[in-house]
Amino acid sequence: MQYALMIYAEPGYHEVLPEAEREAARAEFLALADDARCVAHAQLQPAETATCVRVAGGRTLMTDGPFADTKEVLGGVYVVEAANLDEAIELAARIPTVRLGGVVEVRPVVAP
Amino acid sequence: MFRDEWGRVLASLVGYLHDFDRAEDAAQEAFAIAAERWPESGLPPSPGAWLVTTARNRAIDRIRRERTLAGKIHLLPAPEAVVDEFEFGETVIKDERLELIFTCCHPALPLEGQVALTLRALGGLETAEIARAFLVSEETMKRRLTRAKTKIKATGIPFAVPAAHLLPDRLDAVLAVIYLIYNEGYSGRVDLGSEAIRLGRVLGALMPDEPEAHGLLALMMIHQARQRARFSGEDLVLLGDQDRSLWDHAQIAAGRAELDRAVALGGRGAYVIQAAIASLQAAEQIDWPRVAELYQRLADLTGSAVVELNRAVAIAQAGDPAAALRAVERLDLDGYLYYHSTQGELLRRLGRDAEARAAYGRALELATSTPEQRFLTRRLEEL
Repeated sequence: MQYALMIYAEPGYHEVLPEAEREAARAEFLALADDARCVAHAQLQPAETATCVRVAGGRTLMTDGPFADTKEVLGGVYVVEAANLDEAIELAARIPTVRLGGVVEVRPVVAP
Repeated sequence: MFRDEWGRVLASLVGYLHDFDRAEDAAQEAFAIAAERWPESGLPPSPGAWLVTTARNRAIDRIRRERTLAGKIHLLPAPEAVVDEFEFGETVIKDERLELIFTCCHPALPLEGQVALTLRALGGLETAEIARAFLVSEETMKRRLTRAKTKIKATGIPFAVPAAHLLPDRLDAVLAVIYLIYNEGYSGRVDLGSEAIRLGRVLGALMPDEPEAHGLLALMMIHQARQRARFSGEDLVLLGDQDRSLWDHAQIAAGRAELDRAVALGGRGAYVIQAAIASLQAAEQIDWPRVAELYQRLADLTGSAVVELNRAVAIAQAGDPAAALRAVERLDLDGYLYYHSTQGELLRRLGRDAEARAAYGRALELATSTPEQRFLTRRLEEL
């Protein structure tokens, strides 16, 4: 089954890392993207670039910024194919963000 | 008989059907048929296998009916032919309770859901009984169980014993659930203490080489063996004042045998140490210096201030209340009843009555249960 691994972290968490660690983290992100079980992945631009859209009374309304005003923001997503939740969790635990103070939310994807 | 077979039968059905609700319905149906038939026909040669086969057949029947009705075809991996219920005697049903335990105690489930599901699926307790034990309505408990089962299904929580590299953490989670059930039982509503011990026995038998599983079982058994002596009517009785003839000495011996096994397996974990302490405290002459030593090891392992407090009590019992008081005063446990009552007791022994009274007074403010309040009031009056 497929799982979305949604990465949440404080903005700029990786910028404060020493260069070597940042490189190592980048390599880990790429390695997961290259894993045969990775179906899709996307890294998002910073939260300041977000625009929220609603339609009310036929008008499209826009607000600046991410939907939830939280300290941690969604920074990227992997969609992986895994045999079960344990395998998905193991893949999630390989995302470097989780050992750098961030969180990965694991959610099963609705089967087509 | 029924309660003993329930977990094994349900585990086998969950393993076969990969669906908790279906498995539970089918198991219930099979047990109902057995309850009706067995008193007349006598027990089949292998009751467990009979129950599993009957339940499987019923589940397959039901799935077939549903398929015909709804035209669904992907519900089951090609079901085998229905086996005749009465020719089934020799087959050994694989014990899949360990898989079931790890599913029920998966850390992705909320803890209260893990506890409820373990009691329902492995313990065979009725939803109403579990609700009573946790002081919630049956409706609330039903929802809690449903939510847990839904998450298992929707998120693909596996029905499997975790791989070796995941096992230590996941076993900790299982042990924590069983110990939590035990401690709920300590406050004495539904007999959860005995239920936890049953679960501990099952786990010990299924994982014979895991020292902490035996350690936990030993701990629970030795504690429970002293249960009847802990209260005199409504009043709490301290270890030193307990009537030892009320202790279940056979169970203490059985608990110690589990402890020996855990130690022989190289067990040095928190449950093994706590069991060793309980065992020492059940001895005719308590070796308090040794108890203090074990509490030190437990404190090193857990970093818990409450354990430090217990260590201080052991130091006092070993004959050095002044050292014990120094150890207690270092702790940051102001909101904890036993921190103050221990301080009161130590101050009393050191002849500092006024300070003792103040400490007991503070403890009394924090006491919520009647036996505790009465105990502390008595202490204050004695000063």
